[in-house]
Amino acid sequence: MNTSVRRRFVVASLAAVVVAATATACGSSSSDGSSGSTAAGGTYTVWDPYPQFDGTSDWVKLLGSCGSQAGVKVKRTSFDTTDLTNKTLLAAQQGNSPDVLIVDNPVVSTLADAGVLTTTDDSRIDTSQVEPNLLAAGQSGGKTYGTPIGANTLALYYNKEVLKAAGVDPASVKDWASLNAALAKVKAAGKKGITFSAIGTEEGSFQFLPWFWGSGAQLTDLASDQAVAAVTLWKDWLKEGYAPNSVISNTQTTSWQEFATGQYAFAENGTWQLANAKKAGFGYGTIAIPTSTGGTAPAPTGGEFVTVPVQKDTGRYTASDKIVSCLTDAKNLLATDTTLSYVGPTGQVQNQQAAATPELKVWVQAVQAAKGRTSDDLGTKYPKISEHLWGAVQAALTGSKSPKDALSAAQSSASQ
Amino acid sequence: MNSTAPTPGASAAPSATDPVGTAPPPSGAADRFPHGPRSQQWAAWGFLTPVVIYLGAFYAYPLYRNLDLSLRNYTVRSFVQGNAPFTGLENYRKVVDDPTFVPALEHTVLFTGVSLFFQYAIGLALAVFFAQHFRLSATLRALFLVPWLLPLIVSASTWSWMLNSESGIANAALGWLGVGPVNWLTSPSWSLASVIIANIWIGIPFNLVVLHSGLQAIPASLNEAAAIDGANAWQRFWRVTFPLLRPVSAITLLLGLVYTLKVFDIIWIMTRGGPSDSSTTLATWSYRLGFGNLLPEFGPGAAVGNLLVVIALVFGLVYIRAQRQQDNP
Repeated sequence: MNTSVRRRFVVASLAAVVVAATATACGSSSSDGSSGSTAAGGTYTVWDPYPQFDGTSDWVKLLGSCGSQAGVKVKRTSFDTTDLTNKTLLAAQQGNSPDVLIVDNPVVSTLADAGVLTTTDDSRIDTSQVEPNLLAAGQSGGKTYGTPIGANTLALYYNKEVLKAAGVDPASVKDWASLNAALAKVKAAGKKGITFSAIGTEEGSFQFLPWFWGSGAQLTDLASDQAVAAVTLWKDWLKEGYAPNSVISNTQTTSWQEFATGQYAFAENGTWQLANAKKAGFGYGTIAIPTSTGGTAPAPTGGEFVTVPVQKDTGRYTASDKIVSCLTDAKNLLATDTTLSYVGPTGQVQNQQAAATPELKVWVQAVQAAKGRTSDDLGTKYPKISEHLWGAVQAALTGSKSPKDALSAAQSSASQ
Repeated sequence: MNSTAPTPGASAAPSATDPVGTAPPPSGAADRFPHGPRSQQWAAWGFLTPVVIYLGAFYAYPLYRNLDLSLRNYTVRSFVQGNAPFTGLENYRKVVDDPTFVPALEHTVLFTGVSLFFQYAIGLALAVFFAQHFRLSATLRALFLVPWLLPLIVSASTWSWMLNSESGIANAALGWLGVGPVNWLTSPSWSLASVIIANIWIGIPFNLVVLHSGLQAIPASLNEAAAIDGANAWQRFWRVTFPLLRPVSAITLLLGLVYTLKVFDIIWIMTRGGPSDSSTTLATWSYRLGFGNLLPEFGPGAAVGNLLVVIALVFGLVYIRAQRQQDNP
């Protein structure tokens, strides 16, 4: 009796589960329809990865005023940047993408590949003023999928006092040899050389790329001699004690915290640390990351693109385009990039920034030399290459493989 | 079979005696009889519906979706458009053939096994210690609960800060003892040990609390009787307390196993599964495949997740079997 009751209960609950599952499936499909029709009433949704800005910030006020100029109401939602890709993919799957999406630049090609984003031909966004090296991150297959709102990149911060005590002139650091010489002097003076982030995530690849590209290596061939030279440079820094072992688990934030102790001569970090650098309590300066033979190395571009996701109702693009044009007009770009601590995406804004704040000159120079990670038509191939690249860097730095073996293994799995 | 035979007789007996014993009910019972069971059934369904909808929407459907994800070749494009081709076990084959699979499985087994052993052993030792009520024992026991109360992100960040190669307190302490610094989080040979140490620390309170209450349920008279019979403390523990604690131990270990198999946050915050996969477990690998990259690989990510579910399920079934055998030897 006991068992038969239990069996009946199981059958009944299974049947009910099936009913419930189909009910939820229906529920979700009907809700897209309704949200689509309410949005058509004049409310336009904007998603951004700037949760640090609340309703009273200039950025949110700018969104509001751009909305009213386009004659619509803007509803803004902000996400953590790592969350935004998956949220966007899910929203696109459910058919309720935002009208305007501001998203990290290496993600643009992924979203474009998923068919989530409109091309600038469809959305009619004007990208003619944007610097080509920055725009390239949002291009794939000859199409452009958005426009950069601003750019940041990496450079070397230095601690003036540490360099002075070690007798190093920052202007003398022009290539890898002179950088190594400077690091040796700093170590001899009893201070620590350089800190960076070699963590096993995209952040690690982001930090390694200036040295990788600066050696002349290409992402299409991870096992080249130049690539080996770049990994060996980092490995030797650890071996010689110029860089701390903690770089292997450092994020860019923890790497910055090391530099902020005042014990380090150099730190590889981004524009976004400028505000913290002023609070560090010691004199600092910045130089561009050198290539192996001299000159400014191409660092990867950071920063977001403004994009217009695909909508069922193509009539919505008109107002979306107005909002995007407003957000990216010269005056607003300057204001936005100043609050975000970014370098402007157009030559005009870059010149204005460099004129207003001379210390930004190094950053403008770095951004002009910078290169998108998904550029060179790598697009959605980049994430896979990057994963194997940071894996190889970690394997070499921990000593589990030689730089050459690590990179050869990475190349063979990345090209599969 | 045995149990069904007596029931007809048993149910027949009351119905024969009832009309005689209680006069008023028969008319009422006869009144209700035609639609009684049906309305009762409706009521039963009514009570059942909320929980069934809840189970369906929040357990069965996500599980079904996860299974579906793992059996199709999802790219970002087909994820959005919903036309991913069915590829059978292709994702599982891909995952098993991946060079990360064997190390991840080994790390999962090692992480779970070593964590469970030490969590249980230390938890039990502390529980026995606190079973003897002494002054401040309640306060001390409360202190041991702190790891449990802290959000995991706080404890994991604190551990990674303490174990930092350059400025961590662990290396500073080793320095005073004259031992060279250890690259806790940045050396492939230490990273797994570091996350296991942190996980043991976090798991001790749970074991302490459950085993402590298990000990309270053992009558003190048994121990006293054993003591009078001449058993020493060691014998009393191993021959009396420990066997009586077995059911509680079994459930503690099973719950601990399920919790430990899926531990993700501690490892992700402390090492990101690195350096070069040296602390990657199936749980962190699944996350990295699905969410940790610029280009999500939902199919293989879901496949790894399902393997974890299956492993946990197998141990759950082993537990249930053991429980049954204990109930009817």
